[in-house]
Amino acid sequence: MASADSETTADTPRSADELPLAVKLLIAGGFGAGKTTLVGSVSEITPLNTEEVMTEASLGVDDVAGVEAKTTTTVALDFGRITINDGVVLYLFGTPGQERFWFMWDELCHGALGAVVLADTRRLESCFPSVDFFEGRGIPFVVAVNQFDGAHHYTTDEVRGALDVGDDLPVVLCDARERESGKEVLRSLVLHVMSRMGAPAAATG
Amino acid sequence: MMTRGDSSWFDEAAGPLVRPYAVTGGRTRSGRTEFDMISLVVAARTETDRRTLDPEHLTILSLCRQPISVAELAAQLDLPMGVVKVLLGDLLDRGDILARAPAPVARLPELNVLQAVLDGISRL
Ligand SMILES: Nc1nc2c(ncn2[C@@H]2O[C@H](COP(=O)(O)OP(=O)(O)OP(=O)(O)O)[C@@H](O)[C@H]2O)c(=O)[nH]1
Ligand SMILES: [Mg+2]
Repeated sequence: MASADSETTADTPRSADELPLAVKLLIAGGFGAGKTTLVGSVSEITPLNTEEVMTEASLGVDDVAGVEAKTTTTVALDFGRITINDGVVLYLFGTPGQERFWFMWDELCHGALGAVVLADTRRLESCFPSVDFFEGRGIPFVVAVNQFDGAHHYTTDEVRGALDVGDDLPVVLCDARERESGKEVLRSLVLHVMSRMGAPAAATG
Repeated sequence: MMTRGDSSWFDEAAGPLVRPYAVTGGRTRSGRTEFDMISLVVAARTETDRRTLDPEHLTILSLCRQPISVAELAAQLDLPMGVVKVLLGDLLDRGDILARAPAPVARLPELNVLQAVLDGISRL
Protein backbone atom coordinates (compact mmCIF):
# COMPACT_ATOMS: atom_id res chain seq x y z
CA MET A 1 0.00 0.00 0.00
CA ALA A 2 2.24 2.81 1.21
CA SER A 3 5.65 2.95 -0.34
CA ALA A 4 8.55 1.74 1.73
CA ASP A 5 9.99 4.43 3.93
CA SER A 6 13.40 4.78 5.46
CA GLU A 7 12.24 3.78 8.94
CA THR A 8 11.20 0.34 7.82
CA THR A 9 13.54 -2.35 9.08
CA ALA A 10 13.79 -6.00 8.23
CA ASP A 11 11.80 -7.09 11.29
CA THR A 12 8.94 -4.66 10.82
CA PRO A 13 5.85 -6.74 10.12
CA ARG A 14 4.33 -5.85 6.78
CA SER A 15 1.15 -7.76 7.33
CA ALA A 16 -0.78 -8.84 10.39
CA ASP A 17 0.09 -12.49 9.70
CA GLU A 18 3.66 -11.72 10.66
CA LEU A 19 2.64 -10.80 14.19
CA PRO A 20 2.96 -13.54 16.84
CA LEU A 21 -0.13 -15.51 17.74
CA ALA A 22 -1.41 -14.75 21.25
CA VAL A 23 -2.90 -17.51 23.36
CA LYS A 24 -4.12 -17.40 26.91
CA LEU A 25 -4.76 -19.45 29.98
CA LEU A 26 -7.06 -18.38 32.79
CA ILE A 27 -6.22 -18.62 36.47
CA ALA A 28 -9.50 -18.75 38.36
CA GLY A 29 -10.44 -19.36 41.95
CA GLY A 30 -12.04 -17.74 44.95
CA PHE A 31 -11.05 -14.52 46.66
CA GLY A 32 -7.48 -14.64 47.93
CA ALA A 33 -6.80 -18.14 46.58
CA GLY A 34 -3.40 -17.13 45.19
CA LYS A 35 -4.28 -16.26 41.57
CA THR A 36 -2.07 -13.18 41.34
CA THR A 37 0.73 -15.01 43.14
CA LEU A 38 0.63 -17.86 40.63
CA VAL A 39 0.61 -15.49 37.66
CA GLY A 40 3.56 -13.62 39.13
CA SER A 41 5.63 -16.69 39.87
CA VAL A 42 5.69 -17.82 36.24
CA SER A 43 5.31 -14.55 34.33
CA GLU A 44 8.28 -12.89 32.64
CA ILE A 45 6.82 -9.50 33.55
CA THR A 46 5.53 -8.23 36.86
CA PRO A 47 1.80 -8.92 36.71
CA LEU A 48 0.03 -6.00 35.10
CA ASN A 49 -3.32 -4.74 36.11
CA THR A 50 -6.03 -3.49 33.87
CA GLU A 51 -9.66 -2.86 34.20
CA GLU A 52 -12.65 -3.30 32.07
CA VAL A 53 -15.43 -0.78 32.51
CA MET A 54 -18.55 -2.64 31.60
CA THR A 55 -21.36 -0.45 30.39
CA GLU A 56 -24.38 -1.13 28.28
CA ALA A 57 -21.83 -1.01 25.49
CA SER A 58 -21.13 -4.62 26.27
CA LEU A 59 -24.77 -5.31 25.50
CA GLY A 60 -24.60 -3.60 22.15
CA VAL A 61 -25.37 0.04 22.86
CA ASP A 62 -23.19 2.25 20.72
CA ASP A 63 -22.72 5.26 22.90
CA VAL A 64 -22.54 5.82 26.64
CA ALA A 65 -24.06 9.27 26.40
CA GLY A 66 -26.74 9.35 29.02
CA VAL A 67 -26.15 5.80 30.19
CA GLU A 68 -27.26 5.42 33.76
CA ALA A 69 -24.41 4.94 36.19
CA LYS A 70 -25.98 1.86 37.66
CA THR A 71 -25.40 -0.06 34.46
CA THR A 72 -21.66 0.37 34.77
CA THR A 73 -19.27 -1.90 36.65
CA THR A 74 -15.52 -2.05 36.85
CA VAL A 75 -13.69 -5.34 36.92
CA ALA A 76 -9.99 -5.51 37.69
CA LEU A 77 -7.94 -8.18 35.97
CA ASP A 78 -4.33 -8.99 36.43
CA PHE A 79 -2.23 -10.79 33.92
CA GLY A 80 1.24 -11.94 33.06
CA ARG A 81 3.08 -12.93 29.91
CA ILE A 82 5.36 -15.74 28.79
CA THR A 83 7.05 -15.43 25.39
CA ILE A 84 6.95 -18.96 24.00
CA ASN A 85 8.90 -18.34 20.80
CA ASP A 86 9.00 -15.89 17.91
CA GLY A 87 5.55 -16.93 16.83
CA VAL A 88 3.60 -17.49 20.06
CA VAL A 89 3.00 -15.39 23.18
CA LEU A 90 1.17 -16.85 26.15
CA TYR A 91 -0.90 -14.63 28.45
CA LEU A 92 -2.10 -15.68 31.87
CA PHE A 93 -5.17 -13.94 33.21
CA GLY A 94 -6.07 -14.06 36.87
CA THR A 95 -9.83 -13.91 36.85
CA PRO A 96 -12.16 -13.00 39.66
CA GLY A 97 -14.14 -16.13 40.43
CA GLN A 98 -17.09 -14.50 42.11
CA GLU A 99 -20.45 -14.94 40.50
CA ARG A 100 -21.06 -11.23 40.25
CA PHE A 101 -18.27 -11.01 37.67
CA TRP A 102 -19.57 -13.70 35.37
CA PHE A 103 -20.85 -11.20 32.87
CA MET A 104 -17.33 -10.78 31.64
CA TRP A 105 -16.28 -14.39 31.62
CA ASP A 106 -17.47 -14.87 28.07
CA GLU A 107 -14.86 -12.46 26.85
CA LEU A 108 -12.25 -13.93 29.16
CA CYS A 109 -12.97 -17.43 27.94
CA HIS A 110 -12.96 -16.45 24.29
CA GLY A 111 -9.89 -18.06 22.82
CA ALA A 112 -8.65 -19.41 26.15
CA LEU A 113 -6.81 -22.73 25.84
CA GLY A 114 -7.95 -23.74 29.28
CA ALA A 115 -8.08 -22.76 32.91
CA VAL A 116 -6.45 -23.45 36.24
CA VAL A 117 -8.89 -23.45 39.13
CA LEU A 118 -6.96 -22.60 42.26
CA ALA A 119 -8.43 -24.25 45.30
CA ASP A 120 -7.68 -22.65 48.64
CA THR A 121 -7.13 -25.26 51.33
CA ARG A 122 -8.62 -22.97 53.97
CA ARG A 123 -11.95 -22.81 52.16
CA LEU A 124 -12.17 -25.41 49.47
CA GLU A 125 -15.76 -24.51 48.62
CA SER A 126 -14.75 -21.09 47.29
CA CYS A 127 -13.60 -22.71 44.04
CA PHE A 128 -16.87 -24.56 43.41
CA PRO A 129 -18.41 -21.79 41.24
CA SER A 130 -15.35 -21.75 38.96
CA VAL A 131 -15.45 -25.54 38.60
CA ASP A 132 -19.16 -25.38 37.75
CA PHE A 133 -18.54 -22.64 35.23
CA PHE A 134 -15.79 -24.38 33.28
CA GLU A 135 -17.58 -27.73 33.41
CA GLY A 136 -20.73 -26.10 32.05
CA ARG A 137 -18.87 -24.42 29.21
CA GLY A 138 -16.79 -27.45 28.31
CA ILE A 139 -13.57 -25.51 28.86
CA PRO A 140 -10.68 -27.77 29.84
CA PHE A 141 -9.38 -27.09 33.32
CA VAL A 142 -7.24 -28.55 36.06
CA VAL A 143 -7.56 -27.99 39.79
CA ALA A 144 -4.46 -26.76 41.61
CA VAL A 145 -4.64 -27.06 45.36
CA ASN A 146 -2.73 -24.20 46.93
CA GLN A 147 -1.32 -25.51 50.20
CA PHE A 148 -1.57 -22.65 52.64
CA ASP A 149 0.51 -22.83 55.80
CA GLY A 150 -1.41 -24.11 58.79
CA ALA A 151 -4.40 -25.15 56.72
CA HIS A 152 -5.59 -28.73 56.45
CA HIS A 153 -3.53 -30.62 53.89
CA TYR A 154 -5.80 -32.51 51.56
CA THR A 155 -4.86 -35.41 49.37
CA THR A 156 -5.76 -35.12 45.70
CA ASP A 157 -8.39 -37.84 46.20
CA GLU A 158 -9.98 -35.88 49.04
CA VAL A 159 -10.14 -32.84 46.77
CA ARG A 160 -11.67 -34.90 43.96
CA GLY A 161 -14.27 -36.18 46.37
CA ALA A 162 -15.10 -32.72 47.68
CA LEU A 163 -15.42 -31.33 44.16
CA ASP A 164 -17.28 -34.41 42.95
CA VAL A 165 -15.08 -34.78 39.89
CA GLY A 166 -13.69 -37.93 38.32
CA ASP A 167 -10.21 -39.35 37.85
CA ASP A 168 -9.97 -37.78 34.40
CA LEU A 169 -9.71 -34.32 35.94
CA PRO A 170 -6.12 -33.53 36.90
CA VAL A 171 -5.74 -32.34 40.48
CA VAL A 172 -2.29 -31.11 41.47
CA LEU A 173 -0.96 -29.85 44.77
CA CYS A 174 1.00 -26.63 44.48
CA ASP A 175 2.62 -23.70 46.17
CA ALA A 176 1.70 -20.71 44.03
CA ARG A 177 4.72 -18.80 45.32
CA GLU A 178 7.17 -21.26 43.76
CA ARG A 179 7.99 -20.94 40.09
CA GLU A 180 8.69 -24.67 39.64
CA SER A 181 5.36 -25.48 41.23
CA GLY A 182 3.56 -22.95 39.05
CA LYS A 183 5.22 -24.41 35.96
CA GLU A 184 4.05 -27.88 36.93
CA VAL A 185 0.48 -26.61 37.26
CA LEU A 186 0.60 -25.01 33.81
CA ARG A 187 2.21 -28.08 32.28
CA SER A 188 -0.49 -30.32 33.67
CA LEU A 189 -3.11 -28.00 32.19
CA VAL A 190 -1.54 -27.94 28.72
CA LEU A 191 -1.10 -31.73 28.78
CA HIS A 192 -4.75 -32.06 29.77
CA VAL A 193 -5.82 -29.79 26.90
CA MET A 194 -3.72 -31.85 24.50
CA SER A 195 -5.13 -35.14 25.70
CA ARG A 196 -8.65 -33.77 25.34
CA MET A 197 -7.77 -33.00 21.75
CA GLY A 198 -6.54 -36.53 21.33
CA ALA A 199 -2.87 -35.81 20.95
CA PRO A 200 0.03 -37.40 22.76
CA ALA A 201 2.61 -34.91 23.93
CA ALA A 202 6.18 -35.35 22.91
CA ALA A 203 8.52 -35.62 25.87
CA THR A 204 9.87 -32.28 26.96
CA GLY A 205 12.51 -31.71 29.40
CA MET B 1 -14.44 12.28 13.52
CA MET B 2 -11.97 12.23 16.36
CA THR B 3 -12.56 15.74 17.56
CA ARG B 4 -14.48 16.13 20.70
CA GLY B 5 -15.03 19.83 20.99
CA ASP B 6 -18.62 19.26 21.90
CA SER B 7 -18.54 17.50 25.22
CA SER B 8 -22.20 17.92 25.96
CA TRP B 9 -22.64 14.16 25.68
CA PHE B 10 -21.03 13.89 29.07
CA ASP B 11 -23.75 13.33 31.56
CA GLU B 12 -23.03 14.60 35.06
CA ALA B 13 -25.26 11.91 36.48
CA ALA B 14 -23.15 9.24 34.89
CA GLY B 15 -20.27 10.58 36.93
CA PRO B 16 -16.86 9.01 37.21
CA LEU B 17 -17.97 5.60 36.10
CA VAL B 18 -18.10 6.45 32.42
CA ARG B 19 -15.53 9.21 32.66
CA PRO B 20 -12.79 7.08 31.05
CA TYR B 21 -14.79 7.23 27.84
CA ALA B 22 -14.26 11.00 27.68
CA VAL B 23 -11.00 10.10 25.93
CA THR B 24 -12.96 8.61 23.06
CA GLY B 25 -15.56 11.34 22.88
CA GLY B 26 -18.05 8.98 24.45
CA ARG B 27 -17.64 6.27 21.87
CA THR B 28 -17.60 2.83 23.41
CA ARG B 29 -17.09 0.77 20.30
CA SER B 30 -14.74 1.10 17.40
CA GLY B 31 -16.23 1.17 13.93
CA ARG B 32 -15.77 -2.16 12.25
CA THR B 33 -13.19 -3.98 14.29
CA GLU B 34 -13.64 -5.96 17.43
CA PHE B 35 -10.38 -6.20 19.31
CA ASP B 36 -9.82 -9.01 21.75
CA MET B 37 -7.97 -8.32 25.00
CA ILE B 38 -5.07 -10.37 23.64
CA SER B 39 -5.17 -9.10 20.08
CA LEU B 40 -1.62 -8.09 19.25
CA VAL B 41 -0.97 -4.78 17.57
CA VAL B 42 2.11 -3.17 16.13
CA ALA B 43 2.79 0.21 14.58
CA ALA B 44 2.83 0.12 10.80
CA ARG B 45 5.76 2.24 9.69
CA THR B 46 3.85 4.34 7.26
CA GLU B 47 3.84 8.08 7.33
CA THR B 48 0.91 9.43 9.27
CA ASP B 49 -0.52 12.84 9.89
CA ARG B 50 0.09 13.19 13.61
CA ARG B 51 -1.81 16.47 13.83
CA THR B 52 -5.09 14.69 13.37
CA LEU B 53 -4.41 12.31 16.25
CA ASP B 54 -5.14 12.80 19.94
CA PRO B 55 -2.34 12.50 22.52
CA GLU B 56 -3.64 9.08 23.54
CA HIS B 57 -3.33 7.84 19.97
CA LEU B 58 0.24 9.07 19.81
CA THR B 59 1.08 7.40 23.11
CA ILE B 60 -0.31 4.14 21.77
CA LEU B 61 1.76 4.46 18.61
CA SER B 62 4.89 4.95 20.66
CA LEU B 63 4.07 1.94 22.87
CA CYS B 64 3.47 -0.43 19.98
CA ARG B 65 6.73 -0.17 18.10
CA GLN B 66 7.05 -3.81 19.13
CA PRO B 67 4.02 -6.12 19.08
CA ILE B 68 1.96 -5.62 22.23
CA SER B 69 -1.42 -6.85 23.40
CA VAL B 70 -4.49 -4.72 23.99
CA ALA B 71 -4.40 -5.69 27.67
CA GLU B 72 -0.79 -4.56 28.06
CA LEU B 73 -1.54 -1.25 26.36
CA ALA B 74 -4.48 -0.71 28.69
CA ALA B 75 -2.32 -1.45 31.72
CA GLN B 76 0.45 0.90 30.58
CA LEU B 77 -1.94 3.69 29.62
CA ASP B 78 -4.00 3.14 32.76
CA LEU B 79 -7.14 3.21 30.68
CA PRO B 80 -9.92 0.61 30.58
CA MET B 81 -9.54 -1.92 27.81
CA GLY B 82 -12.74 -0.75 26.16
CA VAL B 83 -11.29 2.73 25.73
CA VAL B 84 -8.06 1.38 24.30
CA LYS B 85 -10.01 -0.73 21.81
CA VAL B 86 -11.82 2.33 20.49
CA LEU B 87 -8.55 4.25 20.09
CA LEU B 88 -6.94 1.25 18.37
CA GLY B 89 -9.89 1.11 16.00
CA ASP B 90 -9.17 4.68 14.97
CA LEU B 91 -5.53 3.83 14.32
CA LEU B 92 -6.36 0.66 12.41
CA ASP B 93 -8.82 2.53 10.18
CA ARG B 94 -6.06 4.99 9.32
CA GLY B 95 -3.60 2.23 8.57
CA ASP B 96 -1.34 3.29 11.42
CA ILE B 97 -1.26 -0.14 13.05
CA LEU B 98 -1.49 -3.82 12.16
CA ALA B 99 -3.52 -6.10 14.41
CA ARG B 100 -3.70 -9.87 14.79
CA ALA B 101 -6.62 -11.44 16.61
CA PRO B 102 -6.11 -14.59 18.68
CA ALA B 103 -7.22 -17.92 17.26
CA PRO B 104 -11.00 -18.16 16.94
CA VAL B 105 -12.62 -20.06 19.77
CA ALA B 106 -14.05 -22.70 17.49
CA ARG B 107 -10.62 -23.50 16.12
CA LEU B 108 -8.22 -23.73 19.02
CA PRO B 109 -4.59 -23.53 18.02
CA GLU B 110 -3.29 -26.54 16.25
CA LEU B 111 -1.44 -29.04 18.31
CA ASN B 112 1.97 -27.74 17.37
CA VAL B 113 1.06 -24.51 19.13
CA LEU B 114 0.12 -26.44 22.26
CA GLN B 115 3.36 -28.41 22.07
CA ALA B 116 5.27 -25.15 21.72
CA VAL B 117 3.46 -23.74 24.76
CA LEU B 118 4.29 -26.87 26.74
CA ASP B 119 7.96 -26.66 25.75
CA GLY B 120 8.05 -22.94 26.49
CA ILE B 121 6.68 -23.41 29.99
CA SER B 122 9.14 -26.22 30.65
CA ARG B 123 12.03 -23.99 29.64
CA LEU B 124 11.12 -21.22 32.10
N1 LIG C 1 1.34 -19.99 52.35
C1 LIG C 1 0.99 -19.67 51.13
N2 LIG C 1 0.56 -18.42 50.89
C2 LIG C 1 0.18 -18.08 49.66
C3 LIG C 1 0.24 -19.01 48.60
N3 LIG C 1 -0.24 -18.43 47.49
C4 LIG C 1 -0.58 -17.17 47.82
N4 LIG C 1 -0.31 -16.95 49.13
C5 LIG C 1 -0.55 -15.70 49.84
O1 LIG C 1 -1.96 -15.49 49.89
C6 LIG C 1 -2.28 -14.12 49.74
C7 LIG C 1 -3.29 -13.93 48.61
O2 LIG C 1 -2.68 -14.27 47.39
P1 LIG C 1 -3.09 -13.57 46.02
O3 LIG C 1 -2.20 -14.14 44.97
O4 LIG C 1 -3.15 -12.10 46.15
O5 LIG C 1 -4.55 -14.14 45.82
P2 LIG C 1 -5.63 -13.74 44.69
O6 LIG C 1 -6.36 -14.99 44.39
O7 LIG C 1 -4.98 -13.03 43.57
O8 LIG C 1 -6.57 -12.76 45.50
P3 LIG C 1 -7.73 -11.80 44.94
O9 LIG C 1 -7.26 -11.28 43.62
O10 LIG C 1 -7.84 -10.74 45.98
O11 LIG C 1 -8.95 -12.65 44.86
C8 LIG C 1 -0.97 -13.40 49.51
O12 LIG C 1 -0.58 -12.82 50.73
C9 LIG C 1 -0.02 -14.50 49.09
O13 LIG C 1 1.29 -14.22 49.48
C10 LIG C 1 0.73 -20.34 48.89
O14 LIG C 1 0.80 -21.21 48.03
N5 LIG C 1 1.08 -20.61 50.16
MG1 LIG D 1 -5.48 -11.16 42.70
